[in-house]
Amino acid sequence: MDTRTADELHVPQHKTSWMEFIKAHFRDYGMLLSLLVIMLFFQVVTNGTLLRPLNLTNLVLQNSYIVIMALGMLLVIVAGHIDLSVGSIVGFVGGLAAVMMVRFGIDPVTTTIACLIVGGLIGAAQGYWVAYFKVPSFIVTLAGMLVFKGLTLALLGGMSVGPFPVVFQRLSSGFIPDVFGGEGFNYTALFLGVASVAVLIYFSFRSRANQLKHAVETAPFGLFAFKNGLLALLVVAFCYLMATYRGLPNVLVIMAVLIALYAFVTNRTTIGRRIYALGGNEKAAKLSGIKTERLTFLTFVNMGVLAGLAGLIFAARLNTATPKAGLGFELDVIAAVFIGGASATGGVGKVTGAVIGAFVMGVMNNGMSILGIGIDYQQVIKGLVLLAAVSLDVYNRKK
Amino acid sequence: MNTILEMQGITKTFPGVKALDDVNITVKAGEIHALVGENGAGKSTLMKVLSGVYPHGSYSGSIIYEGEERRFKGIADSESLGIIIIHQELALVPLLSIAENIFLGNEQAQYGIIDWSLAFARTKELLKVVGLNESPETLVTNLGVGKQQLVEIAKALSKKVKLLILDEPTASLNEKDSDALLNLLLQFKAQGISSILISHKLNEISKVADAITVLRDGGTVETLDCHAETVSEDRIIRGMVGRTMEDRYPKREPKVGEVIFQVENWSAHHQLHANVQVVKNINLNIRRGEIVGIAGLMGAGRTEFAMSLFGRSYGQNISGRVTLHGREIDVSTVEKAVASGIAYATEDRKTYGLVLAEDIRKNVTLANLEGVSRNLVIDDIQELAVANDYRAKMRIRSPSVFQETVNLSGGNQQKVVLSKWLFSDPEILILDEPTRGIDVGAKYEIYTIINRLADAGKGVLMISSEMPELLGMCDRIYVMNEGALIAELDIAEASQERIMHAIVKSGRR
Repeated sequence: MDTRTADELHVPQHKTSWMEFIKAHFRDYGMLLSLLVIMLFFQVVTNGTLLRPLNLTNLVLQNSYIVIMALGMLLVIVAGHIDLSVGSIVGFVGGLAAVMMVRFGIDPVTTTIACLIVGGLIGAAQGYWVAYFKVPSFIVTLAGMLVFKGLTLALLGGMSVGPFPVVFQRLSSGFIPDVFGGEGFNYTALFLGVASVAVLIYFSFRSRANQLKHAVETAPFGLFAFKNGLLALLVVAFCYLMATYRGLPNVLVIMAVLIALYAFVTNRTTIGRRIYALGGNEKAAKLSGIKTERLTFLTFVNMGVLAGLAGLIFAARLNTATPKAGLGFELDVIAAVFIGGASATGGVGKVTGAVIGAFVMGVMNNGMSILGIGIDYQQVIKGLVLLAAVSLDVYNRKK
Repeated sequence: MNTILEMQGITKTFPGVKALDDVNITVKAGEIHALVGENGAGKSTLMKVLSGVYPHGSYSGSIIYEGEERRFKGIADSESLGIIIIHQELALVPLLSIAENIFLGNEQAQYGIIDWSLAFARTKELLKVVGLNESPETLVTNLGVGKQQLVEIAKALSKKVKLLILDEPTASLNEKDSDALLNLLLQFKAQGISSILISHKLNEISKVADAITVLRDGGTVETLDCHAETVSEDRIIRGMVGRTMEDRYPKREPKVGEVIFQVENWSAHHQLHANVQVVKNINLNIRRGEIVGIAGLMGAGRTEFAMSLFGRSYGQNISGRVTLHGREIDVSTVEKAVASGIAYATEDRKTYGLVLAEDIRKNVTLANLEGVSRNLVIDDIQELAVANDYRAKMRIRSPSVFQETVNLSGGNQQKVVLSKWLFSDPEILILDEPTRGIDVGAKYEIYTIINRLADAGKGVLMISSEMPELLGMCDRIYVMNEGALIAELDIAEASQERIMHAIVKSGRR
C-alpha cells in the first residue's frame, strides 16, 4: 500500500460541487434514475400492484435469468463481440437437464454440474472460432443459435419433458428458510438485507476514506451520504416487502452473489481490466502483452456457463423443458446490456448498467402485462425504449 | 500579384477555449503559402473555417476569396469555388479503385448512370499530371501511402482546384516521395494554382514556400516573405515557440558500457506473402547506456524488423537469435519479450499504442498490471500513485490522470505510451518514430526522457525517418535498406550525406 499523501503525488487539489459532480457522472446516475422513474410510473398506473410483495417476487423470478446472462453478455460486448446463441443454449441446456433427470433418473446435483460444464463447452466451441479463427462472432453465434435450437428439438423429440424432482424445482421456486421462525414475517430476509447494507456501507466508506487520503476526486459528502442512504433504504425496504411474503427467493441470492462477483471482476481484477483494453483497442492490447485470443475465448466460455445456468433456472421455474424455452432471450439480454450504456464497438460498459438495463426491460414487461397490454404492443414499446435509451446515450456522449 | 484569399480577424471559440483569436492571413494568387505552428496553435481549425467545416456564423471575421466576401455553409460551398483540402488522415475508400475514388461524389454520370470509359480516360489524364504510373482500376488499398497521397491530389485536380490546402502531406512519406510531392506543388504553382501547405518539416517549407505565416496559441505571430529575406529554420522556430531554440537536442555525456543486447541472423517474411523476405539476416548490438539509431527510407523494413523482434508481432517464418546480457532470451510472444526486458513503443500510437477511450492511468499500467496488483486484484491506490508519478515525471499535461487519452495532444499521448513502457521496466527500449507528429517543444521533452533512460544504463534502439534527429540523438547509427542492414556509422563519422550515400549505393546494386 502506498502511503504517500496527495502533495507528494503531485495531485491537483480541487473541490467539486454537487452539480458539477452529477453533471460529470450523469451517465452513471442517469440510468438508475430512469429505472426509478419507470418503476414509479408503473407503480402509479397499476394502482400499486407493481411493488406488492407477490409481484415483486415474480419480478425477480422472471428476470433472474436475463440478469444472469446479461453479466456474461456484458463481458462479450465489452470485448467487442456479440453472442446471439444464448437463447438457444438456454433451451438446449434446459432440455438436457430434463432428459438427464426425468428420462435417466440422474440426481439433480450431478445434472446441474454436468449442464454447467456443457454450457461452458458450447461457449468454448463458439469462442474457438471467434478467437482463434477470427470468424466474426455475429456469424459464429448465429450459426450456434440455429444449431442449438435444432438440437433442442431433436433432444426433446419435439415434446415437453417434466416434471422435475422437487429439489431441482427449489432452484427457482424455493425461498431461503427463516431461521428465526417468524410467523408470517420472514426475519431472515430482513436480516440478510440489513447485513448486506452494512457490508456495502462499510466498503464504500472505506474506499472513500482511501480516496480522500490520496486526493482522488470524490463525490461531495452530502451526495455520497445521500446515495448510500438511498441505496440502503431501497435494499431494506425491498427486503422488508419480501419478508412479508415468503422471504428471499433462492434465485435472488444466486443473482446477487453473481452481480457482486462480476462487478468486482470487471472493476478490480487484472482480467477485467484486460477485457476492457481488448475491446477498446485490440492491437494496442496485444502489443502490451495481453493474450487477446485467449481472453476472447474465455469470455465466450463464461457466457456459455452463465447461459447454461440460466437454462437450468428457467427450466426449474417452468418445471418442464419445452422446445420453445429460451426463444428470443438473446434479444432481451443484448437489449439490457445496451440500455445499460455499453458501446456496440466494445471497450465500454458496466455491470451495474447491464443489471439496471435488465430490470428496465423486466419492469416494463411486468408492468405492461399487469396493465393488460397485449404482447404485440409490448414489443413495439420495448423496441422504442431500446432505441430511445441508446440514442440518448449517444447524444450525451457527443456533448 | 493578385490576392486570391484574405482571411481577416478570424476568431473561433469552442466552449471554454478560444481556438483562434483575431487571425489574419493573406494568400497571393499562384504562391505556395506555408502555415506553421506548434500542435494546437490553431492551423487545422483555421483551415476548417476556410473550407466551411465550421460554417459561416460559427466564427467571427471575414473570408474574402477572389475579391468577394464568402459565407460558406459547408464543404460543398468551398469546393465548388475551387478550395480543396487534403487532410492528414487520407479520405480514400481503400476497397474502391483509383478511378472510383477520384470521382467519388462527383461521378462521371448522366441520369445517375456512370460512364466508366470517360471516368477511366479522365483518371488516366489526372494520374499522368501527378506522375502516378498505375492503372485506374487498381484498388487504393494496394497502394503505398505516398501513392495514395497522389491519388488525393489527382482527386483535387478533378475538381478544378484553385486553392489547394495540404495538411501535413509529407508526414508519412519518405524523402524521395516527399520531394516528388513538393515538386508537384511547384509545378502547380507554375500553372497558377495556389497552395497552403501545413507542415512540421521546416526544411521542406524553406525549400518551396513563397511566404510563411506563423501561428501560436491561436493568434497570428507574423508572416515572413521568403523572397524579401532568407528565412532560416531557426528563424521560423523562433516565431513558433516564441523563443530561440538554442539546441534542438539536449546535451548528454554518453557513458557507453559493454554490449548488453545482441540480435543475430534475424530474418522475417511478409505477414501475408510468405515468399517475400522483408527482414534479411540482421545482426546488431546495443551497449549499456547507448542510443543506437536505425536510419532508412520508408519501407526499408525497420518497423517490420522491430515488430518481428517484439513477440513476433509482425511477419512469419521468423528466425534468429536474441541475447540479453549474454544469455539467449525467448521473444516468441509479446508477453515473453516484455518479461525478458524488451519494450517496443510503436510508431502509430493511436492504432497500436493506446486504448484511446481509457484514461491515462489505465494506459500507463496496461503492460505491467502485475506491478500494481496482488493475486489478480488491482490495488487501485497503488495504481493511481504510479500513474501520478509518471504524469509528474514525464510532464504529461492534463487536468488529472483520469483524462481520457483520446483528448490529449500528440506529444502528451506519446508520453503516455513511453510511461507505459517505462513502467514495465525494460532493459532495452525500442522506439519507433518517437517524435512523429509532435511539435518542437514536446520533441525536446521526449529527447530529454530518452537521454535520461540511456543515462540510467538502459539500451535504446531508435528508429526515425528524420535524419537530423538520429544525428542529434544517437551514439551509433545503423542504415537499413530493403530489409537489410547496409552500413554502421559511428556518430563522429555520420552525416546525412553519408547515410543517403549508403542507401543509394545499396539500391544500385
